[in-house]
Order: sequence, then structure tokens, then C-alpha cells
Amino acid sequence: MVIASRRGHLLLGGAALVVALLPLVAGAYVLQLVSTALVMALFALSLQLLVGGTGLVSLGQAGFFGLGAYAVYFVQGKGAAASLLLTLPVAALLAGLAALAVGALALRTRGFFFLMTTLAFGQMLYFLIHDAPWAGGADGIFVQRPNFGLFGLDYVPARRDRPAVLLWTNLALLCAAYAGLVVVMRSLFGRMLQGIKENDHRMQALGHNTYAVKLVAFVLAGALAGVAGHQWAMTEAFVNPELLGWHRSAEALLMVLLGGLGALHGPLLGAFAFIGLNELAQLVTERQRLVEGLVILAAVLLLRDGLAGLRWRSRA
Amino acid sequence: MLGGFLAQLLNGVQYGLLLFLISSGLTLVFGVMGVINLAHGSLFMLGAYLAFAVTGAALPLWLALPLAVAGGAVLGGVLERTLFRRFRTREHLDQVLLTFALILLFEEARAALFGNDFHGVPVPAALDFSVPVFGGFAYSAYRVAVLLGCLGVAALLFWGIERTKLGSAVRAAAEKPEMLQLLGLDAQRLHTLVFAAGTALAMLAGALAAPLYSVFPGMGDGFLIISFVVVVVGGVGSIAGAFWAAMLIGLVDTLGKAYLPGVAGLAVYALMAGVLLWRPAGLFGRA
Repeated sequence: MVIASRRGHLLLGGAALVVALLPLVAGAYVLQLVSTALVMALFALSLQLLVGGTGLVSLGQAGFFGLGAYAVYFVQGKGAAASLLLTLPVAALLAGLAALAVGALALRTRGFFFLMTTLAFGQMLYFLIHDAPWAGGADGIFVQRPNFGLFGLDYVPARRDRPAVLLWTNLALLCAAYAGLVVVMRSLFGRMLQGIKENDHRMQALGHNTYAVKLVAFVLAGALAGVAGHQWAMTEAFVNPELLGWHRSAEALLMVLLGGLGALHGPLLGAFAFIGLNELAQLVTERQRLVEGLVILAAVLLLRDGLAGLRWRSRA
Repeated sequence: MLGGFLAQLLNGVQYGLLLFLISSGLTLVFGVMGVINLAHGSLFMLGAYLAFAVTGAALPLWLALPLAVAGGAVLGGVLERTLFRRFRTREHLDQVLLTFALILLFEEARAALFGNDFHGVPVPAALDFSVPVFGGFAYSAYRVAVLLGCLGVAALLFWGIERTKLGSAVRAAAEKPEMLQLLGLDAQRLHTLVFAAGTALAMLAGALAAPLYSVFPGMGDGFLIISFVVVVVGGVGSIAGAFWAAMLIGLVDTLGKAYLPGVAGLAVYALMAGVLLWRPAGLFGRA
């Protein structure tokens, strides 16, 4: 996998700046849409660590995303809004622990089996939340947005400022996650992941415990998906079992493919392209599945290297 | 009590046989062609809606069965020739997304043709009675018919794969794809055939299942996931593995739902986790 060159990062930084300044000019609707796209970008980025980074195609990533979202509900229950400083770590921890359990089993398999196993365990998490009496019901439930409380000094944004604050929060977390993954992929650990992607057996022959390395990557990706899910709950103030459903996992894979498997920043482009296309489709037709299906067909038939395959990249 | 247990046991076997019809196609396509088909559940759904359309037109349900087989064979053949053939050598991710796109398109077609409501499909009048089982407990005659029908198809499939020349070619392809070329067999034709057969089986299963589960949007999803569990538990490309795993999962799921309703939803996944710990390649798979 490649990481964008210095010039590419300047462009990405510029794009982040434009997004950060959006609240000056855009209305609440656009801000909400961009907030959602930022959350999906974070979710797709977590999957890219597995797909592009390690060569593991997982179809259960939404399970961890949804658990992160439900963490908000589990922490506050029917009570008042909890602090982000509590809910966010809980979301990452919950999703990470689930990823540890799922990954420990699923990584005993390879290729198609890994795909099917992650899909099945992802659906298990879905049914767990869907059927559990303690999870708010099959139709979902409203949650209080986590606030920015610190030792009783709560900051609760005024209703008028909320879309901007949410956007900035999501943007900050996305930037932090991206920067973190750049560091991870450039580290020895990241190179081991690349080695496993190229040739797992050779890495084993070199004396690496590839199972453990892959498990660490799986847990890291799961925890990051949990953070993305948490931001979803914070942005929408609503959680439902569909967040864990495998269609969402497939959509995340689509964003990764749209953006390009070959580049760490691919999912960022892919998520924005996906949300943008969805929004366009809504304007044109009510048959969104038709549009989404045709877009995917076009992407797998025509767009082999994704949007990021186009330019400005350098070897990691 | 015992009669009730026997009825649940029969339910489990019947569900398991239905799962076998679905997952045998999945595991064959996958073993022979190396293609993962997420849209397999949608093919099952198509079969069920075919049965709904047939009975809706006041025609007898049994008419839907040959239609499902023939329609499935044609549809499968066309899908293989136009799409799946190109994706045999592509990345898993591409195959996943291609077949996910097919799910969306099939669901859209289903919504356009039949709407988004639940629909019951009546049990055929000739089979709309109960057979006494044991201790005064009666069991639906249609379920018995489905059970026997599935058993017949399973026997036919085993015979075809184990005893015919074509079947040995399928087994050779599942074991070592290169072998086919060496033996001078036409791999492309075999692929079309296997895919058509898998599609026909899935649609037949759907048509048989329609009166039991009624038809509804997204009904293929649940069966797809469970079929994956069957393939993982049974081992790839193994028909015998798919059979025993389907029976095991059918029984565990049905008995679990009847006697341990609190944890039943998780029982099959716990089973899968256990198999993965014990034999990661599946019960009948080679490591």
C-alpha cells in the first residue's frame, strides 16, 4: 500500500482546511451531510488497514462499528448525556474486545473462509443487539449526544452551533486516525503487515508470528471502527441494529474499492464519492438500490485502481 | 412431550435438508470455480417469489418446482457466461462487491415486481393436513413432503457427483482445477454447468420453502449467512461436508429455538466458533 507523497498530503491538508471552514458558508444540511461523510471515511479507513494494509478482506467490520455506536447507549442508558471522554474510550474498548474475540477465531482461516467467518460473526453481533432486551430494541433507540464534559465542566454546544461542532469533532478524529495510520504503516509493524499481504508463508518462514501480527491489526481496525461508530451515534443521536448489519460492511468495502486499495488515503476519497453519489441518486430517483448496484458494477468492471489510483502517490 | 420433541427433531431435519440444497450449490460453485457468490441468497429469494407468483395466478404450487429448476438453470447459465466467468481470477474483494451489486439489483427487481410487503404462500390443498406422529402429536404433511423431496434431491446429487463421469469431473475440478485441462475436459462448460446447477438448487429450495416461511424482502439474507456457516463448518467444496454440517446446524438451530429460546440466535455461531477452534478447515475439509 502506498502513502500519499508530501504533495498529496498538502492537498489532503488543504481539503481538510476547506472542510473545517465550511461552517462559515454552508447551512446545517450540508454540514450534517459532510459530518456523515467524515464518519464513513473514518469507518472505511479502519477497513483499509485490513484490506489494503494486510490483505484481509473482512465482511464483519460493521459489527464493530455498530458496537461503538451502541456504546453511547450502554454508557448513558436512559440517563442524561455522558461525557465524550468516557463514551469514546468505552466505544473503542468494546469494539476492540469484540474484534479480539472474532479475530482470534476468524484468523485461523484464510481467504474465502476468512470472509465467510467474519461475515457470520458480524451477523452474530447484529442478532445479539437485535434480539437483546438490554439493547433498546429491534427498531433502534434515540441517544443523547455525548457532551464535552470534563470534571463537571460541561461544554454543551448551543443548538445553533451543533452542526459545526460535530463536523469539527469528526474532522479532528479523522485527521488523527489518518495520521496515526501513516505512522503505523511506516513502522516495522506496518511493514510486517505489508509482508503478510504479499506473502504470508514467507513471513512465517522468516520467523514472524503472522497470526499475532494479523490479530493486532484486526483489533486495531475494530477499535477504530468502534470510534467511527461512536461518531455516528454522536452525529445522528440515534442507533439501530442495522448499523451492525453486513450490508454496511459491504458498503465500507465499496468505499475502499471506490477510493482504491492501493493507497491509505483511498477510503477518504471513496467515502466522499459514495456519500456524494448517494445524495445525487436521491435527487434523481427513489430507486437507490438500483443506482448503488449499478455504481458498484461499474466500479468493479471499470475502475480497477480506484480514485486514488489516479495520481500523486509515492511508495510507503 | 416426546411427540413434541419428535416434531422438533423432524423440523430440524427438514430445515437442515433445505439448508443443504442452498449450501451445496454455494460450496460447489466455490470449490469448482473459486468464486464466492453472495447473491446465492437472492437466488433462493427468487425461487420463493416464483412460487408466490405461481400460486398468486391460481396455479398449483408444484408447477413452480420445475419452473424454478429450469429458470434457475437458465439464469445461472447466463450469469456465469456474462459475469462470473470474468471474475474467476479477480480479487475476492471484486467478487464480493460484484455479487453484492447483484443482491441490490435483485432486491430492486423484487420491489418493482412484488412490492415490499410480506406475503403468505398457501400450502397445496392436497398436502394441507396433518399426519399423526407419536403420542397424539400431529405433523404437517407439507413439511413431510418437503423433507422427502429434499432427501430425493440430495440423493440425486450424491449419485450424480459420486457415480457419474460428469460428477468425477466436478470432483476433480474441486480438488485440483489444473487437472481438468490435463484430462482434456472443457473447464468452461463445466463451470457453466455447475453454476447453473447451483442456481437451480437455490431456486428450487426457495420454491419449496415459500409456504413454510412466506415471502418477504431480504429473505435471502438470513439463509445466505446460515449457508456460509454451513460451508465453513462442513469444509469447502465438500458435498458430504455440506450435508452433515447442514443437518447439524438445522438441528442445533431448531432445537435451540424450541428449548433454549434465550440463546438460540447465538447457538449456530457458537457451533461455528467451536469448529473453527477444533478444525479450522471445517469438519470435512483438509487443512
